[in-house]
Order: sequence, then C-alpha cells, then structure tokens
Amino acid sequence: MNWLDTIVQGILLGGLYALFAAGLSLVFGIMRLVNLAHGDLIVLGAYLILLIVSLLGLSPFVAALVALPLMFGLGYGLQRVVLNRVLGEDILPPLLVTFGISVVLQNGLLQGASADTRRLPTGDIGVASLNLGPVTIGVLPLLTFASAVAVIVLLNHMFYHSALGRSFRATSDDPVTASLMGIRPRMVFAQATGIAMMIVTIAALYLGMRANFDPAIGPARLVYAFEAVIIGGLGSLWGTLAGGVIIGVAQTMGAAINPEWQILSGHIAFLLVLLFKPRGLFPRAFD
Amino acid sequence: MTTSTPETGYRVETRTRTSRVAGLAAIVLLAGLFVLPAFASRGLIQDLFFIFTMLTLAQFWNLLAGYGGLVSVGQQAFVGIGAYAMFGAVILWGLDPLPAILLGGLAALALAVPFGFFAFRLQGAYFAIGTWVLAEVARLVVAQWRAVGGGTGTSLPRQATETIAFTETIAQLLDVRPAAARDILAYWLALVLAILAIGGIYWLLRSKRGLALAAVRDNPQAARSIGVDGQRVKWFVFLAAALGTGLTGALIYMQKARISPDAAFSLSDWTAYVIFIVVIGGIGTIEGPIIGVLVFFLLQTLLAQYGAWYLMILGLVSIGVMLAAPRGLWGSFSHRTGIQLFPIRRRLTGGRL
Repeated sequence: MNWLDTIVQGILLGGLYALFAAGLSLVFGIMRLVNLAHGDLIVLGAYLILLIVSLLGLSPFVAALVALPLMFGLGYGLQRVVLNRVLGEDILPPLLVTFGISVVLQNGLLQGASADTRRLPTGDIGVASLNLGPVTIGVLPLLTFASAVAVIVLLNHMFYHSALGRSFRATSDDPVTASLMGIRPRMVFAQATGIAMMIVTIAALYLGMRANFDPAIGPARLVYAFEAVIIGGLGSLWGTLAGGVIIGVAQTMGAAINPEWQILSGHIAFLLVLLFKPRGLFPRAFD
Repeated sequence: MTTSTPETGYRVETRTRTSRVAGLAAIVLLAGLFVLPAFASRGLIQDLFFIFTMLTLAQFWNLLAGYGGLVSVGQQAFVGIGAYAMFGAVILWGLDPLPAILLGGLAALALAVPFGFFAFRLQGAYFAIGTWVLAEVARLVVAQWRAVGGGTGTSLPRQATETIAFTETIAQLLDVRPAAARDILAYWLALVLAILAIGGIYWLLRSKRGLALAAVRDNPQAARSIGVDGQRVKWFVFLAAALGTGLTGALIYMQKARISPDAAFSLSDWTAYVIFIVVIGGIGTIEGPIIGVLVFFLLQTLLAQYGAWYLMILGLVSIGVMLAAPRGLWGSFSHRTGIQLFPIRRRLTGGRL
C-alpha cells in the first residue's frame, strides 16, 4: 500500500470539504446562523448545474458560471424572505426552519429529479492525471484543491480589504452599532448568504464532477463541512481548510485499511480534535 | 407543588381548576385506552402504538429542546442503541424480549455518558450538529456488529417473538392470535411508557429541578448567580431523555421484530418527525406534542400515498408554523385563551391583601 499516495489523495479530498465548509463558516461568522440545509443546498447546486449542462449543452464549468448569479439570488432571497425573520437571541427558530428547508429540498429534489444517481459530465479532465513518481495526482482533485485555496484567499481579501468585508465584520461584531453607521444588517445578512451560495455552487461543481450524487446525500456533506469548521476553529478560514484536509486524510487512510471505515475514521478524527482541542486547532473567534 | 405559609394563608400553586378537570378527563380517557384492545381492531391498535411511541419520543425531545434548550438532532442514536441492545440481549443471551427492553433503556443511558461528554463541548447550534455526528458514529459502529446482522440487519428469532412473556395470557384472555397478542402487549407498554413520560416530565417541571431547568434555559448567567448548577441540570435532562428514548426504541423494535442500522438510526424517522411533531404542536409545552402527534398522524394518513410530497408538505408546514406562530398550535391557543392543561407556572393564590 502506498501511504504517501493515500495521504496526498486525502489532502486533495480535503479541498472539497473546505469548499463545503467555507460557506457554512461565512454565514455562521456573520450572523451566528447554522444552516442545517447547507448540504442540501450544495446538492441543489449540483442539480442546477446539471440542468444547465443538459439544457444548454455547456461544459460544467461554464454552467457553474451561469449558476453562480442564480444561486446568489436564491441565497439572497432565502435570507430576506425566510431566515431574517427567525434570527435572534433564540437559536431554536433558525435551526428548526433550516431543518425544515433541508427536508423540503431533499424531497423536492426527489420528486423533481428522482432518486437516480447523477453525475456531471467531466470530459477529458475527469480522467487526466499528473504522474509524479510514487504519487499520481488527478487533475480534477488538484483543481478542486486549488479552487478551495482561491476561494479562501478571495474571502479573506474581501473580509479584510473591502468595504463589503468591513460591513460584514462590523455587523458580525455588533449589528446595532453597525446600523448606526448606515449599515443595514438585514441587507448585509442577505449579501452574506448570497455569497455563501456562490461558494456552494463552486462546491457543487466539484462534488458533481468528482462522484455520483442523488437527492439524499446533502446531510452527510453538511456533517463533513461542520467537522471541518470545528476542527479548524471558528472564524479562521485557513483553519477550515486545515480541518477539511484532516477529515479528508482520515477518510482516505481509513478507507485504505478497510473500505467500511472511510466515513467512520473521518468522524473519529473529528471527535479526537474535539476531545483534545475543543475550540479547534486555530481558533480566532470567541463565541 | 404546594408550599404553604400558615401566617398569611398565601400559597404558591401551579394547579388550576382547568388542570384539575383535565386531570379527571385524562384518567377516564386512559381507562378507556387501557380496555380498548378488548374491542378494537388490530389495525387501530397498531396505529395507536405508533402514536404513543412517537408521542413519547416527542415528549423527551421537547424536554431536551423546549425546556432544556438542548437542540439535539441525534436522538436517533438512543432509539437505535436501545433497539440494538434489546436485539443483542435476545439473540446472544436468549433473554425474553420484555426484560430486554429495560436493558435497551440502560444501554441508551450508558451511551449518553460519552455522548454528552463530547456534545456538551459544543454550544447551541453546534451542539445540534455535534449530536448528529455522534449518532452517525453510533450507526457506523453498530453496522460493524456482525452478530446482529452488521449493515444489513436481522430479525428477532421466531422462538423469541412467539414466547414473549404475557402474550399467551393475553391471547387466551382476549381470544386473539399470538401475533395480535404481541401487538396488544406492545400497545399497553407504549401506553404505559407514554403515561410515565408525560407524568414524569410534568412532575419534573413542577419540582425544584424543573424551576432550575427553566432558569438555565432562559438565562444561564442569572441562573448561575443564584446558585443553579447549569451543567448538572443539563446532564440530568440529557440522561433522562436518553433513557426514555432508548426504552421507546427498544419497544418499537420489539413490535417490528426486524432491525437494520439504517432504519434504527434513521434521522428522519426518529428525529425529524419528532421535531415536526413538537414544533407544529407547540415547543415548550406538554400539551404541544400531544396535539402535534395527532396532526402528524392525520397528515400521514391523508398524504402517505404521495410519497415525497408528504415530507415536503410536512417541512413546509413546520417552516410556516415557525414563521407565523412560533409557539405552535397549542402554544398559540394557550396564549390566546390562557388555558393550560399541564400548568407549570407558579402562581400566588389564597390569603388576603
């Protein structure tokens, strides 16, 4: 067994998990909202891209570009119409509402697209690989990982070097004071969810090209995303990437020992971090 | 709870006249439900079994989330472990399924200790997903347990299901087939469990501990400042809910007699439905889950043939309730009319000004 190869594949898989997690982390950081429908929204994004691919005959990458503004609009609308109404001191209403959305999305997709597994067409890129001695790296996983890094760089840049990011940080710290400065928190929340949905679209693109998907796989993606966020520590996007990588490596190593242990070993890695570093490896936020 | 101060004649009471009338009506209703198997069809008994078990699960989830502020999305772990412990005891040790149910409850209680140890490291919404992850871990580990069928599951052995304690007596007494007698036994147990759950939770909420629980939920800092140990209260509620959920899980699977990890640890069957029941009926009330389970059963009966539409409608209804009437059906009704069948609010009565 080639352990080096297993680890490299795990790291690249971690890129995908970091993409799952980045949107979750963004929304939580700004409005303390944990969206239990996050995984199902990723799956919805994958179906949307598939729909565009089959309707317009585009490549998945171009289709994802088309899907980006649509998903932004969905996130914006969802936040304005539904989620803004349940945000508050009590964490119960947003949890229950997003849980309801998760169930509605899963069953809506089941009704609209059947339970058959689907896959985005990848063309040549799906099988292309770079041969680096003992390790063979698929181009698609490499691209996934590079996209995750790019998303995190862009998010960090936006957060710390743009007016939008400043309003995000201000609202996150204190919505009331921020609104005194002319920021409208509800608008900021809607923009943040919209941006999170754009990240979701990118995650959906790679999810759909990497493996088969069906309407029921959303919750498991949410769980991986959540584990990556907790392992990384709240508020740290690079930490989230590290968290994704840890889950990814744990899963590929578990799978290398026994295929049945793949998912379980990811969870165990998460529990170990929770046991020894309850605030994550690179905590920044205190809440 | 009644504390009297003789000098003034004031009393702190939670009972109201409505609650006394409701209590009497409940006793009549329960007496009726106990003798029901003598007349009712097997289908009705099975439906009521489903209603009672879901009601018990809902009461315990409501205790956690509505009173304890602990929104768990991982209660299916306790249903599953309770059911699997029962199956394990029957298959491996040849125990009678009836005492094995108790063992199922104890297994869930034992699992709750490490479960809580991890989950309590997470706050609020993260607690919710944390419990979910832990339930997944439990499912994946149990799926490795070959002796009870691994990932594909197994059935209770025939000789065990046919000789469950009391079924023979019930069969003779009511003149029914053994299979129907098993359903009746399960029905009675489910009824008793539901009564114990509701009675126990009501008793808890009226006790000093219940007051501490509400204090911790509403304001942990203020509760702490008056000497309430929030962590201890939360542990108590969590363990109690695990025990009750585990017993219910074992009972459900004694009646089903067939188990698989995906079914016994199903998020939608044992947690999502339960959340809908509590939310639609009214979270943080004892009456809420009772109303909720009836609405849920009605919706299921009406819409079950539409498959995925049914779950979508259930999801939309609960989102709608959360947006329009976050107190739920009973909560809104109670808020408007002031009627409470299980009042827990302390009121000052009696005496003269």
